[in-house]
Amino acid sequence: MSTSEIHPRAAWRAAGLALLLAGCAGAGPAPSAAPSAAAAGLAAELAPPQRGRPVPAEALARGDRHVFPDGRGLPAGRGSVAQGAALYQAQCAACHGVDGRGLTAEELVGGVGSLASAEPEKTVGSYWPHASTLFDFIRRSMPLHAPGSLKADEVYALSAWLLHANGILPADAVLDATTLAAVRMPNRAGFVAVDDPRRPPP
Amino acid sequence: MGAPRSDAPGFRTLNGLLPRRALLRGGLLLASAPAALAQVPAEAGQDLPPWMLSPGTGFSVYGQPGPQAQRVLRRPGANRAAPGNGVAWTPLEQLEGFLTPSGLHFERHHNGVPAIDPAVHTLRIDGAVRRPLDWRLADLLRYPQRSHLGFIECGGNSNAGWNEEPIQRPVGSFHGLISTSEWTGVPLRLLLDEAGVDAQATPWVIAEGADAFAMQASLPLAKLRADGLLALWQNGEPIRPEQGYPMRLILPGWEGVTQVKWLRRLTLSAEPVMARNETSKYTELQADGRARQFTWAIGVKSLLTTPSHGQRLDERGTYQLSGLAWSGAGRIRKVEVSADGGRSWAEAALDGPVLPRCTTRFRAAWRWDGQPAVLQSRATDETGAVQPSRAALLAARGRNGYFHYHAIVSWGVDEEGAVRHVYV
Repeated sequence: MSTSEIHPRAAWRAAGLALLLAGCAGAGPAPSAAPSAAAAGLAAELAPPQRGRPVPAEALARGDRHVFPDGRGLPAGRGSVAQGAALYQAQCAACHGVDGRGLTAEELVGGVGSLASAEPEKTVGSYWPHASTLFDFIRRSMPLHAPGSLKADEVYALSAWLLHANGILPADAVLDATTLAAVRMPNRAGFVAVDDPRRPPP
Repeated sequence: MGAPRSDAPGFRTLNGLLPRRALLRGGLLLASAPAALAQVPAEAGQDLPPWMLSPGTGFSVYGQPGPQAQRVLRRPGANRAAPGNGVAWTPLEQLEGFLTPSGLHFERHHNGVPAIDPAVHTLRIDGAVRRPLDWRLADLLRYPQRSHLGFIECGGNSNAGWNEEPIQRPVGSFHGLISTSEWTGVPLRLLLDEAGVDAQATPWVIAEGADAFAMQASLPLAKLRADGLLALWQNGEPIRPEQGYPMRLILPGWEGVTQVKWLRRLTLSAEPVMARNETSKYTELQADGRARQFTWAIGVKSLLTTPSHGQRLDERGTYQLSGLAWSGAGRIRKVEVSADGGRSWAEAALDGPVLPRCTTRFRAAWRWDGQPAVLQSRATDETGAVQPSRAALLAARGRNGYFHYHAIVSWGVDEEGAVRHVYV
């Protein structure tokens, strides 16, 4: 920033001080209907400087990694339960256990039907409402020691094995953008959105 | 401690709790008055302590706590297989006032603290907007800034309260995932309007962090526009790395997981993304097997920090009770304290300023008569919401909610003066 420019925050403070002083003088003559010079200066400073830079279309497409329940955001690629079984042992078992029943990280398999019991087990099979979340989360966050390292085919395969281990997909299943979006999770209706902004206010 | 004067005319006591008006008018002297004025020594300077007899040390470029405060520290608890996955608790029982020193603000990370180059980092607003835009830190410093003095509380704070047996830990190691700072930055409304949003068609904003977890949260656009802040400063200095440097989302009164650190992207959307941390975590399983989702606001809550678990009352006499109260819905209106497990209550004094969606320090004086006692506090916020008893919270939410535990906290005092966590 060149020294000849006025720093907005400094100017804003000065304008605010002027306004404060004007307010203190309010006990004297009746306030004019026209805004004071100080107030006009303040309003001008509050107009945001519009410094956002347009994002090129190719950068927008590259940056988009959100995967939605209806399958929007899923990339090309495919992976099978069998491929996922091997990948799971290599990438996940050290923390989640060889059978997905949990170790230093949470359990991923089992617990269906346990949610209303005294000791609920919240797993992918028993609790997760959307299969899309598996793809989204594994791709962005897992494994913890090397996030972002798995290719789309590998993420499809791991998702397939986890859904198979939970009894949701058969052993010969193959997942891609279409088949993953079609998976209906057992606990799909298990959530009550308390403050969902799409709902009309009561 | 001096002799309590609770038997003086006009001081009605309630199980040893001294009335608030006595504290407010300052009529209650709790320390002994000096017996006599100190004698002036025959030779001035003779009895001076050594630190008055030679020059002190020089200046420092960034002040550090003194040696006596070296044990006032955050208490980390991390996943042994992933050192950046876990929490570090704020030591609430070692602190006073309502502000948290920046270096003691609690931490909750899912995969460590990123080392971000502020010259490279950008905030992007994209998705269903008229003009997707990027801002660098230098751009953002040109915008009008606002401050919010408020708390951030992890939705999982106090979750040991759901346990069958009361956990035996200091209050900071059990309730210390709450901290209070002054957060300063750009009102998000300005940036959202610059990109051009349609609140009717796309009521959701998906926030994403630039950490190795790429944290996500689907949030209502209405909240971001109402009082959301893109914070660049914490307590007057650039945000600490572990709190989101160079920028984080601040959503006053909402659970910490929504206030995405290291913010890199806000995506406008018609639907929530249903991220792992808004479905399989940070949702509250109820007794019927269904789970509450998108429960962002922090409920009205309070707890005593002095005395609290692990401390000891040395002798009978008058003690200063002190604690924190807060609500995600607004200001604290009232805090009551009890010394008999909630059978009777007396109103505590509130330290100013009492700010909306901020912690408020409360105080009361209590005379311990050497008998067992159960100390509690109960907060009421400006909407009239009252902090529930543990029994009421369990009756409403079951035992497996895990998140958003905000029931009354009880400290039992035994005949020896030992203080420990109890359920009543």
